[in-house]
Amino acid sequence: MKTTSSPAAFPPAETGREMKGADAVVECLIREGVDVIFAYPGGASQELHQALARTDKIRVILPRHEQGGSFAAEGYARATGKVGVCMATSGPGATNLVSAIADAYMDSIPLVAITGQVYSKYIGKMAFQETDFYGMTLPVVKHSYLVMNIHDLPRVFKEAFHLARSGRPGPVVIDLPKDVQQAKFHPVFPASVEFLNAYANATQNQATDDQLKHLLGLIADAQKPVLYAGGGIISAGAHVELQAFAEKTNIPVATTLMGLGAFPEAHPLSMQWFGMHGSAYGNWAVDQCDLLIVAGARFDDRITGDTTKFAPHAKIVHLDIDASEHNKNKRVQFPITSDICYALARLNKLAATNKFLAPDTAAWHAQIATWKKAHPFGYEKSRHIVPQEAVATLYALTKGEAIITTGVGQHQMWAAQFYRFNEPRRYISSLGLGAMGFGYPAALGAKVACPGKQVIDIDGDGSFMMNIQELATAHIEKIAAKAMILNNQHLGMVMQWEDRFYGSVRGNTILGDETNVGSPDNPDALYPDFVKIAEGFGVKGRRVIKKSELREAIQEMLDHDGPYVLDVVVPYTEHVLPMIPAGKSVKEMLLK
Amino acid sequence: MRHTISVLVENKFGVLARVAGMFSGRGFNIDSLNVAPTHDPSLSRITAVLKGDDVALDLCTKQLRKLINVVDVTDFKEGQAVARELVLVKVKADAKSRPELLQIKDIFRAKIVNLTPDSIIIEATGDDEKVNALLGLLEPFGIIELARTGRLALKR
Repeated sequence: MKTTSSPAAFPPAETGREMKGADAVVECLIREGVDVIFAYPGGASQELHQALARTDKIRVILPRHEQGGSFAAEGYARATGKVGVCMATSGPGATNLVSAIADAYMDSIPLVAITGQVYSKYIGKMAFQETDFYGMTLPVVKHSYLVMNIHDLPRVFKEAFHLARSGRPGPVVIDLPKDVQQAKFHPVFPASVEFLNAYANATQNQATDDQLKHLLGLIADAQKPVLYAGGGIISAGAHVELQAFAEKTNIPVATTLMGLGAFPEAHPLSMQWFGMHGSAYGNWAVDQCDLLIVAGARFDDRITGDTTKFAPHAKIVHLDIDASEHNKNKRVQFPITSDICYALARLNKLAATNKFLAPDTAAWHAQIATWKKAHPFGYEKSRHIVPQEAVATLYALTKGEAIITTGVGQHQMWAAQFYRFNEPRRYISSLGLGAMGFGYPAALGAKVACPGKQVIDIDGDGSFMMNIQELATAHIEKIAAKAMILNNQHLGMVMQWEDRFYGSVRGNTILGDETNVGSPDNPDALYPDFVKIAEGFGVKGRRVIKKSELREAIQEMLDHDGPYVLDVVVPYTEHVLPMIPAGKSVKEMLLK
Repeated sequence: MRHTISVLVENKFGVLARVAGMFSGRGFNIDSLNVAPTHDPSLSRITAVLKGDDVALDLCTKQLRKLINVVDVTDFKEGQAVARELVLVKVKADAKSRPELLQIKDIFRAKIVNLTPDSIIIEATGDDEKVNALLGLLEPFGIIELARTGRLALKR
């Protein structure tokens, strides 16, 4: 409930000089530590751009489409854990942000989306470029604001950034009518914010020692334990605690795709990632385990398949900061609401002080080792470049140190299977929403955040096309993000489902001329010409078809000091395997 | 099962839309919904009655707790709360039927709040059963219009 803050406990609010609403917005952003914003101007946000032009503390990057800008803001947020900020004008500018907002909501990414709104006197009157953006985004935001009173601005921004980054992170929308941007006032900047809502204050987020001791007891009794680690580990920055916990308890770890890099894949306890296209051994281990410890994950259907057959023999302990995830998709015996970093650190402490001894699970580890050896991620060699090989080669040449972004589809899965991730925030992908066109703009955002790192978008020819205009942003803003397109001339994942479940009938999954489909054997028919498109944008590009040139072509991409498009032509016949068909269980896993 | 969900919220615009959206987005049909400020004008209480699967509703209340403007959520089980509803019902009434209507009104401890030569408006409060029983008895006289608050509930 409401508490009165004493001056001793909180630093006092600060009153600023008289300024326009738009300048106060910029001042708020600076106070929140924002150093870059992806923003596309328009009539209703012009005032904000003018204010941004008056500061040198924030880099404003102009995308070529608001969706590109908002995905870039997400790429920035996912690469750093900091709040990504995007901005658009009212109406169509705002509606173009919706995919990224929904994406950030699904994947719990800290994002603040600022939109201009028509003058408040025009709201509700179908004014030019008016949409009820506050109403439109209600189901896909952590919270949102329509600021009708200029004096609310500083508090709204303070709250928005707090909400976006705290607890389970997520997107916050701030809709600003033009008159609020233009009016003048003396802003009062609050030093801190408080909420009546306990979840927003993040005050009830610690596991009790009793709960954690009980968990240690369950581990001591387990013969076949498994740790299932999700994106929450990365959001909470708990990867070090997770590794210590896994090592202390000697429990094998399978991550989700959101959790890729939360546990080093090179670690002997790693079973890589599991789920629909995850490792066979990871899936088998979860299926057979007698204790499943779920940390910062949400039992997504791409992980569980048929939930009634998911981990059927296991006692399940579910640690998550969001109590509404408990028993949502799968009934669990032991739900624990907690900040995951606190819970793991405390578990490690309790294990040490109570002289916890890991149970003898040698037989279980031997079983997993056998599965691992028999069914690693693999692919058959071909006389052509196969997509898996292109990813594996990229992995080898970058020594696993690049930040990888992806679009959505087969290439997204191969990127996760054949690039190995030993650190968090290295695999940046639209996983919950599955938004095609995410890869390249996200790579721009990640590169802006981490200029010293190689950032490579492993993309499909379908996905890349969806935000191809961002090559202009890369060129003009000098952002050296690379794209490696696994070009199979098809919408590969849909095509794979057609092959498996629809008798290979092609329902609009061919991206070129259906009567003359391009391929490594038919290069003249390849469509479109990505190298020429890149050239038109002033971006260097190269097409590689011959297997013998793959390595050298990837190296050329890596060595180039600007943005680069590498069009890798691959056969369309490859399928992502293993595969647990949607809604099925591990028993029905397809291995070939 | 029928649930009475009481949601204490900040009295701000958009909050009702968020709460209602949480139900509608999950396919729950709201039987009744009441919103009004509490003794603290910065807070409002929303009382919603809906039918639904217990597990799904439990999830829904947990998700309500995540709405930033929601202060508290209670899902009342039978008997945990005092529940009442107020109904205003306009019934056809002439000199002939009026005495019988007045009799019914007295039995239900209702009130006449408006009287015209051909109609009366009765105000009644009670639980669902009482209100429904009253409306059942008034039905033959001819109900012209009716408005009800929906169930209000407070913890015992």
